[in-house]
Amino acid sequence: MSTQPPFTIEQFYKFMAEGKLMAGKCQKCSKIHLPPRPMCDNCFSQDFTWTQVSGKGRLLTYTIIHVAPPQFQALAPYTVGIVQLENGLKLPGMISGVTENTLKVGMDLVIDFKGCSTGQAWPQWQRYCFKPL
Amino acid sequence: MFIGHMGESYEHQGHTGSVTADWAGLTGIPATRTEAACASSGAALRSGIYAVLSGLADTVIVGGVEKMTHRTTAEVTEYLAMASDYPFEQFHGITFPGLFALMATAHMHAYGTTQEQMAKVAVKNHHHASLNPKAHLQKEITIENVLASKVVAWPLKMYDCSLITDGASCIILTKPELASKFTDQPVHIIGSAQASDTIGLYERKSLTSLQSAKTAAKEAYQMANLKPSDINLAEVHDCFTYVELMSYEDLGFCPVGKSGQLIDSGETCLGGSLPVNTSGGLKAKGHPVGATGTAQTYEIYMQLTGQADRRQVKGAKVGLTHNVGGSGATAAVHVYRSEN
Repeated sequence: MSTQPPFTIEQFYKFMAEGKLMAGKCQKCSKIHLPPRPMCDNCFSQDFTWTQVSGKGRLLTYTIIHVAPPQFQALAPYTVGIVQLENGLKLPGMISGVTENTLKVGMDLVIDFKGCSTGQAWPQWQRYCFKPL
Repeated sequence: MFIGHMGESYEHQGHTGSVTADWAGLTGIPATRTEAACASSGAALRSGIYAVLSGLADTVIVGGVEKMTHRTTAEVTEYLAMASDYPFEQFHGITFPGLFALMATAHMHAYGTTQEQMAKVAVKNHHHASLNPKAHLQKEITIENVLASKVVAWPLKMYDCSLITDGASCIILTKPELASKFTDQPVHIIGSAQASDTIGLYERKSLTSLQSAKTAAKEAYQMANLKPSDINLAEVHDCFTYVELMSYEDLGFCPVGKSGQLIDSGETCLGGSLPVNTSGGLKAKGHPVGATGTAQTYEIYMQLTGQADRRQVKGAKVGLTHNVGGSGATAAVHVYRSEN
């Protein structure tokens, strides 16, 4: 077993706060897990290493949310999408710096570690978002 | 007794299996809540089938319940989102309408499906609901009403969304040889399957179909020894209009990417060759989430026993229900046949 920081969601967001997009790489079958998991869903190994992945990607799909839960109402309407990163893995997130006219499926995006705040004390993780490349 | 119930947040009341047995005057019987988000009572039905087929129980009540309308839309939006991935969906402000909107956008991009085609699902299901005295909104609407309604999560607008509803439903499951104790018009469950998928939409291979629904449909058809063209009518999980279109493809009612054309054809409307959501669906009959799965079964029961009155599908012998939990991390599909 490795002696690395634990392969938890909390640790993933701690790396975010350091400006790093980190994934868990299975030492047995090499599958990369983004977000990290405690056990590989491919080979069931629990032996991982942290690996940094590119924050550049392509927008697969998006929506503009107008009716939001209480924690996000101050931001509405806001755009969220699913981004396919250069290594093929996908991450959802808010998209900043776009308008209805500039939003396009397939557009190039890059992760922005500054993210955005909800203005409310919800989980105190660093929230990333995506912005046009 | 198995009772589907999604959330204790609505009424601060959990432990709903025993609550229901208690209020039904059945204290003493084993009573369990099943939870699979919006497929909670589809899962209850499946659990009841396990109980009867195992021989541990002769007769089981399966149903579901949800009380939602006393909460604000923002609160309901938050509670429903709890059925999605917390650290990567809820935490980034992605709502339930938002998740299905992400799928709708992907389908529009891949196959040219339009907002008008989605609107036609709402118009059809409102028409059906106008014929159902138990529907929540018994009124007709137009495509223009849908397109002009307030945006919830683009491209989904208010009239693309199912209703926040209070409701309950239940059915009695028993062995065929005991059915005559309860009714002279039993309906037989001839196919039953349930499947799961990743909790996060973003982790799935396809953003335009639900693998859970495709797997459950395949297994339910196999058990019933039927194919999609044998189905006379279906109640599908139209929590959003796009999801009804997606269900046409996942259930094999049309080729992949062609669901827009199927709604255009009118064949899924009452009077067509495969009426879908004759109850009005989640869209207009209403979507008290925990109650929805067995409410779908109730509609199929009424249809297959010729009791659906003004919305009766003439000669219906074989029906199907398609109940989806979360953004598709659960799906339950059941196939039913009339006695005769």
